[in-house]
Amino acid sequence: MVEGARLVLGAPVVVVDDGSTDATSDLARAAGATVLPLPFNLGVGGAIRTGIHYAVDNGYRYVLQLDGDGQHEPTEAKRLLEALDHDQADLVIGSRFASGYEVSRHRRAAMRVLSWVVSRRLRTRVTDTTSGFRAMGPRALELFAREYPLDYLSDTVEALLLAADAGLRVIEVDVVMHTRQGGRPSANRMSSAFHLSRLLLVIVLHSLRRRTPPA
Amino acid sequence: MEGRLQLVIATLTVISLAFVLELVRRRQLREKYALLWLAVGAVAVVLVAARPVLDRVSLFLGITYGPTTLFLFAILFLMAMVGHLSWEVSRLEGESRHLAEEIALLKARPPTNALAEEPAGSTD
Repeated sequence: MVEGARLVLGAPVVVVDDGSTDATSDLARAAGATVLPLPFNLGVGGAIRTGIHYAVDNGYRYVLQLDGDGQHEPTEAKRLLEALDHDQADLVIGSRFASGYEVSRHRRAAMRVLSWVVSRRLRTRVTDTTSGFRAMGPRALELFAREYPLDYLSDTVEALLLAADAGLRVIEVDVVMHTRQGGRPSANRMSSAFHLSRLLLVIVLHSLRRRTPPA
Repeated sequence: MEGRLQLVIATLTVISLAFVLELVRRRQLREKYALLWLAVGAVAVVLVAARPVLDRVSLFLGITYGPTTLFLFAILFLMAMVGHLSWEVSRLEGESRHLAEEIALLKARPPTNALAEEPAGSTD
């Protein structure tokens, strides 16, 4: 996984270890990644924010974010970065629907609703709003280092809204994804309906929130 | 009958006040909370000592049965307190998350693989 990313992208890899208790950290380091060990589990949002801070602190201008469970193929990552470059986008989302990604009926309905709401706000079509496969350019990094939402799943959705508010250019690219190699899907434990309502609340709250002017 | 009840309540109030003071003495309770609970205790003492005060307030609010006023204020106060504590917990959680992230950045571990280049790039 780490090796793949390192070889394909020719870029340094950082693994954020969100309080795991297995050998993840050692394996990642052996494969050539820098590991950022969080002292306790912060969830996806916290992990991503940590990674972004690391990139900004170390002067990197582009970040590719991918999940550690093997769902995201490093070779596809290249296409996200190309899109960033080619279309002059600030944020590129890898959508899993192109590859016939299968989800339960409820979950798909929930994702459709989100897609519709978010696409309207962004004025561009985003089908996979909760995708964790993203590439960020300098402007997106600057924004997310400043503020990044932390709650489970809302990090992905609200991050898009933040990007839209800041006038960033967001585009979606279809990518091939694998079924995860290990670990449980984090969304099955609670119902889609619950998450959907929570995310819609996040969207509503977001529009009520005072805009923080760019620094 | 009424006198005995008042004695019980007065005793309980005094015990709670002593408890709050003891916590402050041991530096286990921040002064702002201590002040709050002491104020609550003081109000309780006043109400126990002067039932007519309670009755007058009730009359003013249009409540016929005095003790109901007590419950009303007690519930309102507790709600406000719980709300305030949720706010504090959210704030503290945000702070501790920031600290956790900073710790992760400070503890960044370099690759053990000799072939690896300079660190940094993507996140988990």
